Amino acid sequence: MSLKLGVPSKGRLMEKTFEWFAERGVQMARTGAAREYAGTVEGVEGVELVLLSASEIPRELAAGRIHLGVTGSDLVRETLADWPSQVWELLPMGFGHADLIIAVPKVWVDVDTLDDLDAVAAAFRAEHGFRLRIATKYHRLVRDYLRAHGVADYQLVDSQGATEGTIRNLTAEAVADITSTGETLRANHLKILRDAPVHCSQATLFAARAADWSGTTPAMRALAAQLGVAVPEGLTGV
Amino acid sequence: MTGAEALAATLLTEMQAAGAVPVAADILQPAETLLDLYGEDIRARAYVTHDPVLGEMMLRPDFTVPVVQAHMRGGAEPARYCYAGPVFRKQDGRRAREYLQVGYELFARDDPARADAEVFALFSRLLEGKELRPVTGDIGILKAAVSGLETSIARKSALMRHIWHPKRFRALLERMGGQGPLAEARAELVSNLRAARAEALIAEAGQMVGLRSADEIGARIATLLRDAEAPPIPREQVQAVERLLSLAAPARAALGGMRAQGWAALAPALAPALDRLEARLEALDAAGIDTAHLPFEASFGRITMEYYDGFVFGFLPAREDLPPVATGGRYDALTAVLGQGQAIPAVGGVIRPALLEALT
Repeated sequence: MSLKLGVPSKGRLMEKTFEWFAERGVQMARTGAAREYAGTVEGVEGVELVLLSASEIPRELAAGRIHLGVTGSDLVRETLADWPSQVWELLPMGFGHADLIIAVPKVWVDVDTLDDLDAVAAAFRAEHGFRLRIATKYHRLVRDYLRAHGVADYQLVDSQGATEGTIRNLTAEAVADITSTGETLRANHLKILRDAPVHCSQATLFAARAADWSGTTPAMRALAAQLGVAVPEGLTGV
Repeated sequence: MTGAEALAATLLTEMQAAGAVPVAADILQPAETLLDLYGEDIRARAYVTHDPVLGEMMLRPDFTVPVVQAHMRGGAEPARYCYAGPVFRKQDGRRAREYLQVGYELFARDDPARADAEVFALFSRLLEGKELRPVTGDIGILKAAVSGLETSIARKSALMRHIWHPKRFRALLERMGGQGPLAEARAELVSNLRAARAEALIAEAGQMVGLRSADEIGARIATLLRDAEAPPIPREQVQAVERLLSLAAPARAALGGMRAQGWAALAPALAPALDRLEARLEALDAAGIDTAHLPFEASFGRITMEYYDGFVFGFLPAREDLPPVATGGRYDALTAVLGQGQAIPAVGGVIRPALLEALT
């Protein structure tokens, strides 16, 4: 059986992934028409390329439909419950850096840290009769982070896009979102809390615990040697 | 009928024999009430679903809330209720998501010590002969210790709010004692806020966005500046609270120890709470519990049972990776929150029959 490797199907993340593998002697290319999601791999035998949306790769890994996958470490942590029980984190790849942060209006001159945010949440609830709203699409990561830091009296509201705009639209008081340069935040009159980010994300190579690894031994060993990663111990059949 | 169901039926019969009226509760509960009580964390623990008309609903994570609500709508006093049925909790790994709970709740205005003892003695009898370690605690003593600190009301209420979040509580206490990284961050913030008047600082920061108004920001700035003038909580008091949090001893010895400790200015505030503990131990003795050997841990109940505010107890299996077979405690404040102005002292507990069955 061939070893299925899932990689992002478009954009900078795809280009960077192709470059990263090429630097290690594995050439990837999309084939056929521009809109057709098919690809080839050269430089290592028995590896099949599967082009997928980066956000679908965690689920495909969890289901074991691909053996290996490249996606953001944030997406794996957000999408998969108890992620270490579902995937092995093989190698951070050093690109696609972005931080998941919590931001509040710049005019909140009384707020620098989570300690302040927690105090403001209590006062806000007393004043307005509902819990301070934090808009995000990273519900699991943000909730775990706030629970670990003992922040109370907040609620998460779902925002799948244009999250920074929710504060101006009065549908949230704070946001938790991915940022790399912070430009969008500044343009929306927001500032980042001073504490460590919720998560520092980067493109990462994962392996699926649920995949059927039988017959993939030669391909996995050859690929691992070329990429310079160790084959996880629990990986059966390799 | 499974073994656990049969065991649940037996336990329920015993509770009825002890004077409890069996009650039922809907499996689908309005999410809003539970979210307001427990905060966002409950979403990580309870299953949320959506009704097209009623909005967000939760599969009941426990019976306490609906039973209290039913009682507040017009129960007689004093009242004893019992129930049995499945509850639903999200879990990691292989732990059961749906499991039976059998519970007993007592609402009574008189003699809280005797009510506490009645519930604990009943659970103790129902679980007799099983290899379980009983543990007791008292959130009321922690609250009394906080109220006895020599510091502002604002600081005390911040600590009270986080009594159930041990990590945050410790960090706050440290900051209020003038120590640690939070104190440094706070000092920097305050020095920035002293640089100009609140209105000027806010105007300088840029455009006003969001629901939180300039008045609210100004009010917190005033609070922060006032707080910065207040002296730190005396070192010996911070240490006394930390010693209290780590106290674990047989109940009688724990009481004696807490009375004997030279806990500086905490002592007068602690005295009434310790009197209540003593009255409870008397009542437990009278109910046939050996309080000379009953384990007492001052921090017990601070994480898993957020709404308990007085006596707390658990019956734990020998294996530490297994959840408690039974838990319970006093939750007077919860009845006030759910009762919209009314309140009644309440104490109760639950048993998980499937875990109990696995022991035998």
